[in-house]
Amino acid sequence: MFRNQYDTDVTTFSPHGRIFQMEYAMEAVKQGAATVGLCSCTHAVLVASNKPASELSSFQRKVFRVADHVGVAFSGLTADGRVLTKFLRNECINHAFVYEAQLPVSRLALRLADKAQVCTQRSWKRPYGVGLLVAGLDETGPHLYYNCPSGNYFEYQAFAIGSRSQAAKTFLERKFEGFNKYTPEQLIKDALSAIKETLQGEKLTSSNCTVAIVGRIEDGTAEPFQVVDTKRIQAIIDSMEAAEEAPAEPSSMQEEDKGSDAAPMDI
Amino acid sequence: MASDTGASYGSTLRYKSVERIKAVGKHSLIGASGEFSDFQEILRYLDELTLSDHMWDDGNSLGPKEIHSYLTRVMYNRRNKFDPLWNSLVLGGVKKGPKGEEKYLGMVNMIGTHFEENHIATGFGNHLAIPILRAEWHEDMTFEEAVKLVEKCLLVLLYRDRSSINKFQIAKITTEGATIYPPYSLKTYWGFAHFENPAQGAVGSW
Repeated sequence: MFRNQYDTDVTTFSPHGRIFQMEYAMEAVKQGAATVGLCSCTHAVLVASNKPASELSSFQRKVFRVADHVGVAFSGLTADGRVLTKFLRNECINHAFVYEAQLPVSRLALRLADKAQVCTQRSWKRPYGVGLLVAGLDETGPHLYYNCPSGNYFEYQAFAIGSRSQAAKTFLERKFEGFNKYTPEQLIKDALSAIKETLQGEKLTSSNCTVAIVGRIEDGTAEPFQVVDTKRIQAIIDSMEAAEEAPAEPSSMQEEDKGSDAAPMDI
Repeated sequence: MASDTGASYGSTLRYKSVERIKAVGKHSLIGASGEFSDFQEILRYLDELTLSDHMWDDGNSLGPKEIHSYLTRVMYNRRNKFDPLWNSLVLGGVKKGPKGEEKYLGMVNMIGTHFEENHIATGFGNHLAIPILRAEWHEDMTFEEAVKLVEKCLLVLLYRDRSSINKFQIAKITTEGATIYPPYSLKTYWGFAHFENPAQGAVGSW
């Protein structure tokens, strides 16, 4: 994308009907560290890759609990993400206060999208430079939404955003049809495999990713949104690596093999 | 849920065919006593609420608990503004949750007091019907048993509450939907010996 005379304000259309400031905002999302979300018919998982600002600093938190039943992970200007998380938490709390019930995820995603849209139609504002993956559970099951800086939002079975997310998306495109039947463990495994694709060679450890899960178990009890403990993540990563190194393992492990063999670099 | 179909204007029994129980959304029933115009206003609020909920068309719907909570907020906030909606509302419903069918029965009154219970009554019902319900209600009653029990309460209220009339409506809510039955009357007996010549032997009579 190059500079042009229609990109100064978000309130200016280009002759081709584009609003460049909005597209630049979406570029900011693409520059952020990768984030992946997946859904089965019982659970939704979010994985974020942790990129520290420097060797001396800790990584920036990108996965947040919004309410017991919903959480977000974002890529892009994380400060904008933090502020939007506060908004989402407020919306959930207000709804719970009036109705003593959880705000359905689709309605939460809509409120966020409407808020983002406002910033694309005011000359004194700028769009939020962050893309959010909203994962939550409501009456109708688990859901995953992607909220764009443009004010658009879509529901996904699986999605990846941020830098090198195309690698993850390619991986997910191959696997997503089976997700609905996955157990939570399998879902986390595939989410980690997807994030691994974005690391491009760098080793996946429990310290450079954050995993969160929300869902409903068989007897109907809801498992609230929570970040998965690092020990458990490391154990899952270790089991994934063990499966890779032993291709003679039973067929259930072959899924992981294919995942790590067909890295996008080969294409 | 059951109520009579009368609405008074002070001590005058002005309207005798008033439906005081209405269906709300897909899963609930609301019954009201008190100021009827305020009930009509509440029905309008609920109409707006259930309409926008329905228009979402996203598979989610407001259950009885949510509607009860919403009404509680409305009633309590109006009371705090010293402009109450002068009603006692009974909210009942059934909704399928992730753990199966969930029944709900609660009430909220004009000052915002609200609670959930297996038997609810308003006005004189609190004094005359609740004791009967407490003694005779049990889990897993059939619809017929419940109607009999409720009719027992209605009869007591008919005899003893001067603002009640002998025209009742029963309403039922299940996961299949709401049914409000047409009005009917209960048989009353007035042939007690004491009612004949009630003044005989009274002080001051001749």
